[in-house]
Formats: sequence, C-alpha cells, structure tokens
Amino acid sequence: MKLLEVRDLRVAFPTADGVVRAVRGVSFSVEAGRTLGIVGESGSGKSVSTQTLMGLTPGAQVSGEAWFDGQDLLAMPERQMRRVRGAQIGMIFQDPLSSLHPHYKVGWQIVEMIREHEPDTGKAAARKRAVEMLGLVGIPQPDRRVDDYPHQFSGGMRQRAMIAMALALHPKLIIADEPTTALDATVQMQILDLMRRLQREFDTALIMITHDLGVIADMADDVLVMYGGREAEVAGRRTLYYRPHHPYTVGLLESVPSAPGVGGRLKPIPGQPPSLINLPSGCVFHPRCEYVMERCRVDEPPLREVVATEPAPGEEPAGALPGGDLPRVDLRRDGTHRSACWLPHTAVGLDAGVAAARRAASEAADAGAGAAEDADGAEPEGGER
Amino acid sequence: MIRYIIRRLLVAVLLLAIISLVTFGIFFLLPKLAGQSTDDLAARYLGREVTPEGLAGVKAKLGLDDSFLVRYWHFIEGIFVGTDYKFGTSVTHCPAPCMGFSYRTNEPVFDLLLDRAPITFSIAIGAAVLWLLAGVTIGVVSALRRGSAFDRGAMSMALAGVSLPMFFTGLVSIFLFCRQFKILPTPRYEAFLGNPATWAQNLILPWVTLAFLYAAMYARLTRAGMLETMGEDYIRTARAKGLPERDVIVRHGLRSALTPIITIFGLDIGLLLGGAVITETTFSFAGLGQLMLQGITRSDLPVALGVTMATGLFVIVANLVVDILYAVADPRVRLA
Repeated sequence: MKLLEVRDLRVAFPTADGVVRAVRGVSFSVEAGRTLGIVGESGSGKSVSTQTLMGLTPGAQVSGEAWFDGQDLLAMPERQMRRVRGAQIGMIFQDPLSSLHPHYKVGWQIVEMIREHEPDTGKAAARKRAVEMLGLVGIPQPDRRVDDYPHQFSGGMRQRAMIAMALALHPKLIIADEPTTALDATVQMQILDLMRRLQREFDTALIMITHDLGVIADMADDVLVMYGGREAEVAGRRTLYYRPHHPYTVGLLESVPSAPGVGGRLKPIPGQPPSLINLPSGCVFHPRCEYVMERCRVDEPPLREVVATEPAPGEEPAGALPGGDLPRVDLRRDGTHRSACWLPHTAVGLDAGVAAARRAASEAADAGAGAAEDADGAEPEGGER
Repeated sequence: MIRYIIRRLLVAVLLLAIISLVTFGIFFLLPKLAGQSTDDLAARYLGREVTPEGLAGVKAKLGLDDSFLVRYWHFIEGIFVGTDYKFGTSVTHCPAPCMGFSYRTNEPVFDLLLDRAPITFSIAIGAAVLWLLAGVTIGVVSALRRGSAFDRGAMSMALAGVSLPMFFTGLVSIFLFCRQFKILPTPRYEAFLGNPATWAQNLILPWVTLAFLYAAMYARLTRAGMLETMGEDYIRTARAKGLPERDVIVRHGLRSALTPIITIFGLDIGLLLGGAVITETTFSFAGLGQLMLQGITRSDLPVALGVTMATGLFVIVANLVVDILYAVADPRVRLA
C-alpha cells in the first residue's frame, strides 16, 4: 500500500530571465515504514519536488498529482493543506540553526505546532509532550532544555530538536531535506541512527533528500537519482550501488570519497549542473557524459527498465557502502530498476570492464547512427543482448 | 533578565552624571573663553543699576567666583537636597529638586521645565507611537504585496516623506486643514489632564507632521526587513508546521523584522526630540525647544542646563526602555 504516490510532477518558476523548469515530470512513491532516498546535485530539483508537495513553493506553476492517503496534495485547498503540514507530513531541513526561529524557546516552537493542530491541548500538556519528544530524541535534561533558545543548543542538538518537532504529532511521512549536511561527520552518524530508530518506533515513511550517497547507503530502501529536474535512475539501494546504469549515477558513486575500489584519486563529474532555464537538448546529462552518443544530443531518453545481470563470483562492490560486508545484490526483475539513458541495459556496474563495454556500445551506436537513427524503440539494447 | 536591567540602570545614572558634568563644564568655560570676567556676567545679571556692592552680591549669590567643582557641587546638591541662595541679607531657599533660577526671569528652572516639558514630550511620544504603528504596518503590507500598486504608492509617499522638511509639511498641513477645509482648529497646546480629547485634537497635526518623516523611513526599513525575514529558513519551518499564514507573518516574520527596527528606534529617540523642537516651533507651541533657545541666546545658564538635563534624562530613559524591549525581543542580547 503506497502512502505517497507522485505522478508526473512538474514545477516551473517564471522569472525575469525566463521560466525555470525546476522539475520536469517526476514520479515516485513511498510505502509506509519505508525510506525513499532522493539523490542529486544542487539544482537537480530534489528539494523543490518535495517542498512543492507541501505547498511551500510560492509562485510556482505546478502540475501533476501527489496522492497521499487518498488525497491529492496538489489539488488540496490551502486550509486543508495546513492540516496536513506538520501533522501528517513532518519536515526536517538542512540547517537546524536557521530553520529554528532564533527568538523563541525550542520547547515553545514545538508547543506552538502541537497546539495549532490540536487546539484542545492545554499549554501544560503540550509542554509535557514537547519535553517527552526532546527526551526521545536524546536531548539530556529535556525538562530544562525545553526552555533554551536555539542558540544555546549545539548543532547536533538543534537537529535533534528539529526531529522532535517533526515527529511531535506522529506524522505518517517525514521529509528530511539534507538533514545531516550542515553537521559534523560524527554527529551525522548519530542523527542518522536516531532517525532510523525513530522511524522504526513510529513506523513512519521517510523521504531522505541528500547529495551524499553514504547517507543513502545507510538509510534508503529505494533510491531516486535526479538530474536536471528529472529521474536519471531509480533502483533499490543495493541494485544502485552494485549495478548502476546511468552514467550520472556512476559518476556520483565514483566521486564519493572513501569509496572502496576507486584507487587514490577521486573522479569528479566534469562540468556543471545544467541551467534550468536553457536546458541542453536531448538528454540533459549529455554535455557532461563520457559515453555521449549522437542520439543523446537529440532525443531525451525515457525512463526504461534495466535488466540487470548476475554479479560475477567474488566481485567487489563499488560505491560508498561502508564495510563492504553487505549481502550480495538482491536482483529483482520486477521493473524496480529503471534508468533514463540510451546505453544498452546490460552495461551496468562500476568496474573497468563495464566502462569499456559502455564505451564500445556508445561508439558502435554512433558508427551505425546513419542507418539506425530512425529505428527507435528497443534499440540499442536489442543488438547488445 | 533582572540583572541585565539593573546593569542598564546603573549605566543610565552614570550617563546622567556625565551629561550634567559636561554641560556644566561647557557653560562654565564658555564665558571665560569669550574673555568675559565674572564682573561682566554679574553686571549683565544686574541690568541697569550696576554698583560695586551689587556686583559683589550677585557674585556671592551665584557663586561666580567659586571654583568649578564647588559650583558643580552646589548644583548637584540643589537637585537632591535643595539649596539656599543668599543675596545680601535675604535668603532664598530653593527646595529639592532645585535647578537654580533663571538669570532673566528669576523663575525656578524646575518649574519652567515642568511647564514646558509636557508640550514637547507630548509631541515626541505621540509622534513616535504614530510613526511606529504607521511605518511598521505600511512596511509589512508593502513587503507582502511587493510590486503591487499599494507597494509602489506607499514607497513613493515614503520618498516624499523622507524628502520634505517638517516646517514645510507642517505649514502646508495647517494651511490645508485649518484654513482651507477648516477640519481642525489651529493647533494650540492644551494640557492633557484638562481634556484629553482636545489635547489630542490639537496635537494631531504636529504628530502627523513629525511622524510623516519617520514613518516614511520606518516603512522602508520594515519593508526591507520583512522581505529579508520572509525568505528565511525558519519561515519555511513555520509554514511546514502548518501554521496559518497570519501567524507565520506576524509571530515569525514580523517578530524578527522588528528587532532591528527597535535598535534604530533607540537611536532615533535623540533625533526625535530635535524633530519635536522644530515641530513645536512650526506650530508655535512654547515647549522645551523655545526655552532652550531663549536660554542659550540670553546666556541663561541655569535654563540651558536644565533643558539639557531634562532632554538628556528623556533620551536616556527612552533608550533604557528600548534596550529592555530589545532584550525581551531578542534573547541573544541578554548574554552580551
């Protein structure tokens, strides 16, 4: 049973320089108790998508559907939407210092939300619940710290307070927008542990937005990789790490520090994210792609299923999996692995052999481009298999 | 919080002491720098009948030959416990708080101040309330409707308000409202205690005149502040909490935007009195400004000193209130 199902979400912002097409038809879904990771660079549309669901993007032109618990969030009147925000969908933001109001006590900010959604709750009762929540997220002496101001909290404690606030009304879904980006590495791990524990405890669905594949490896069940306002690749977590297909995903995995199997130097993705006003023709990733084919410059690839192959025995996983002692890839051929790339769908994985196969495939496609240009549909994977 | 207030109070007392010392010093030194002997000063006090005995008597009464510190001590003593002025055989007792007698009219300075100060402070405080309310309201609406007809109209008015001097807008408003349309009586100060309604009616034009200038500035400040705070992350948090937009704007947005306004208001209180003096002159009210002007042009040291002390006290107290408000508004200030 899907808790949230987003279909063909499109968001555009009219500006003086032109229309910024921030999200161009993204679909995803989350089931109760599960975690969806959304990965991408800045400007890939990951934050805009989720904030649009909550109606937090004023001035945006939005189309699509977002079914949450049987209601379309995008068609909801503001009054009704307000009851969803906070109470049914909680949000955690990137920078806990600027996301908490500097002039109000931390506890007061939680009480304010509780009493907004449950007006019958008395001040003392709401305060008691705020203290409980602060204790639950691991803030020491919560009965005293409840009267502290955000500036009296450390960075990690502020984020704990944000989590306490997001969870205070037991929402069915939490949207965490880069919740650990502004924190120290050690604190990051604590916050992620905390979120995992609380997610289990409350059986909450979680959308985890990040640019950090390490966080995704830790948290997500399913992963959506976004680029230029669209899906680049969608897969289960393990599939994504062991069998990435889209060259952008591969690039992301290779640019993660401490990734095992990637030698001494990091391999950055060349170039910059595309301008959302003047998007590149064809595949939006083609100006930065090392396997670019003629076709990529003209046609935008649709999201198609990837048919993965079995891993070779003893193959080392690549990517940012910590420890490397995870079980082997759980290969599902149920259409959950999809990628928007013209490369043959057998070319998945990260090792040198796959890279060579990709290169060969792209060269072969370009060589036969004159003849096979119009033969759309199943090519080029038909020839490769 | 209480410790903060006590600390601020102590600073305020110290400041008042410094103001009195400096002002006293200036009026003590000025005649000397102008090359006038104490005889010259005493002669001016006596007027037409200058006799050596008279001169000596005046010098003794006013303590003109005493050292600076003795005279300053005499002044301070007068304020706290009262003091005696001896002229020949007659003794004039001046009960506390005594700020001396005018050299010109022989009236007690303290009574003069009591008489004049309410006029100036009525103008100043009323205008301040008006400008804060109008400026902040216009600024908030402008910020929320950025680019609308209201915003553009209000900001054009603000530009006019900042550019037009008070003596111009004041006179134009008297002409329009009192002469042409006869909506209001020609302003004339009435005591608040007598009849608050006529008090307010007479003060409307001075208030509006003085407030116009500042309301214009505050509208622009508030607009800029609101535009900035409404883009802050915690505003997004407030919306994500499911608060109604009104609470988001007032409780979360305006609350932050007000903090710098309070700071600037504290700084403007000094200017406010200056503005009130110009306004009272424009409207021919006999307030502190007029008294100060007379005191200075007629070398009436006690009067000038008294007015300086009174305005100094007002500015210090007002700043104290603003600082406490600021600490209430922004908890981070209390640690500093």
